[in-house]
Amino acid sequence: MIKDETTIQPSNKSMQNYLAPAVREMKPSGIRKFFDLVNNSKDDIISLGVGEPDFSTPWHVREAAVHSLERGRTKYTPNSGIPELREAIANYLYTSFKVKYEPSNEVLVTVGGSEAIDLALRSLITPGDEILIPEPCYISYSPITSLSGGVPVGIETFAKDQFKLTEKALRDAITPRSKVLILCYPSNPTGGTMSYEDWLPIAKVVEEKDLIVISDEIYAELTYGQKHVSFAAIPGMKDRTILVSGFSKAFAMTGWRMGYACGHQELISAMTKIHQYTVMCAPVMGQVAAHEALTNGLEEKDRMIESYNQRRRLVVKGFREIGLQCHEPQGAFYAFPSIVATGLTSEEFAQRLLFEAKVAAVPGDVFGLGGEGFLRCSYAYSVSQLSEALERIGKFLRKL
Amino acid sequence: MDTLKLKILDLLKEDARRSASLIATMLGTAEDEVARAISEMEADKVIVKYATVVNWSKVDDEKVTALIEVQITPERGRGFDAIAERIYLYPEVKSVYLMSGAYDLLVEIEGSSLKQVASFVSNKLSPIDRVLSTKTNFILKKYKQDGIIFEDQEDDHRMLVSP
Repeated sequence: MIKDETTIQPSNKSMQNYLAPAVREMKPSGIRKFFDLVNNSKDDIISLGVGEPDFSTPWHVREAAVHSLERGRTKYTPNSGIPELREAIANYLYTSFKVKYEPSNEVLVTVGGSEAIDLALRSLITPGDEILIPEPCYISYSPITSLSGGVPVGIETFAKDQFKLTEKALRDAITPRSKVLILCYPSNPTGGTMSYEDWLPIAKVVEEKDLIVISDEIYAELTYGQKHVSFAAIPGMKDRTILVSGFSKAFAMTGWRMGYACGHQELISAMTKIHQYTVMCAPVMGQVAAHEALTNGLEEKDRMIESYNQRRRLVVKGFREIGLQCHEPQGAFYAFPSIVATGLTSEEFAQRLLFEAKVAAVPGDVFGLGGEGFLRCSYAYSVSQLSEALERIGKFLRKL
Repeated sequence: MDTLKLKILDLLKEDARRSASLIATMLGTAEDEVARAISEMEADKVIVKYATVVNWSKVDDEKVTALIEVQITPERGRGFDAIAERIYLYPEVKSVYLMSGAYDLLVEIEGSSLKQVASFVSNKLSPIDRVLSTKTNFILKKYKQDGIIFEDQEDDHRMLVSP
């Protein structure tokens, strides 16, 4: 083979030097690290580590997508999504949470809720702005804030408060540079939720300090014993809030990557500009499936939620019986038991649990402030898997 | 029937081995309340039996199952019941349903061989008075029974750890 001497080889320079500083400085996700650890273990592991439903997408939803493909519906859609889906989203949010959006200019269909959060942050952040993030929280908020040039500011929440955000903690974190507050209730990883009464003092501070809120309500449907209260439904908050949600959790559609953002038309219009230059539009087959889920899938969704609730009771009781303190998660599908009494750090506990008991769960510290001393355990597993996992964890604890 | 009993039935239908204690935990109710509801449903024959769904094709001595469409003349005063009773008392008969449509009874027969099933139909079922005709359909493969898919269950494709 003839060597092309004219080719410019960057090999004498590390590729790292070409990377944008924000990317270079980004730490790999703690979940990723633990994922590698689990995947490299060849044993028969019971996992409580996933953040996605164990149900398949309901068949009628899959069938709607297949049928649409058969009819050749494979073209680009309008940037903000097919009109019937935007309308269905607006109807659903009004019927379920009493928040009214205009489908034509206040709703944007995105590639998963994650894209919606990224678009919101990129639309809002001027480099140096501080973004307030109650923690423990979903692992992406802080890195995507940094990517947009913002400065993530964690606000620690505590088990004694059921991981709710308090007015005092919010006020203490605010500086003149604070611009955006990211909320995620029901919470991944704690299962904490906020009631109408919990929201009122937070809304007061948001107004007083002139903050914009990105409210990630992806787990809104997964609440137990109480109805989800959207932050956008609190009086005066709708225009200050970008409501982000999607179909992954409630409709078991993680792989479809279907999400949406709703908010003031000027904010949605700004987000749509970025969206049209990056992904153009969400995949059409996903949009068709999402429309079917919203229009004909609510019953199936309720059946899945009832099943999560049964398993939630089983897991919380199970943890308490084997001696781990566990607050009652009121939403999402995670239990967040404390492992402080064992004297181990979250990472040590999770690693030893993996290698000695063959149970994978995510160490709480990867979710930010307040996560150390806890373990995130998903209960989106069968009753027999959960029972087996609890038994193994119990045996492991007795040996410590 | 009250909601608690319906929920208990759903959970037992998924797995008949679930204990009252486990069901009580899953439903967030007292164990004795669940145990009492189960006893009542057993006494009322709402819960008829706790059975095992077997995929016989995985077992060496595979059974032969046939669904037989039976046309009959109903009996004055007792309609189809008397003849149905005569048929369901045979131990080979696994189920009998009164049907609407082209025939009257659908009879499920289980035997150890095709010959045995054929012999049952010709020697026992067809000669019964009031049986006008039979049409035997052998089951070649069972894909799903009682809501349970036998093969190609959807695997758990989820990662072991994810956000």
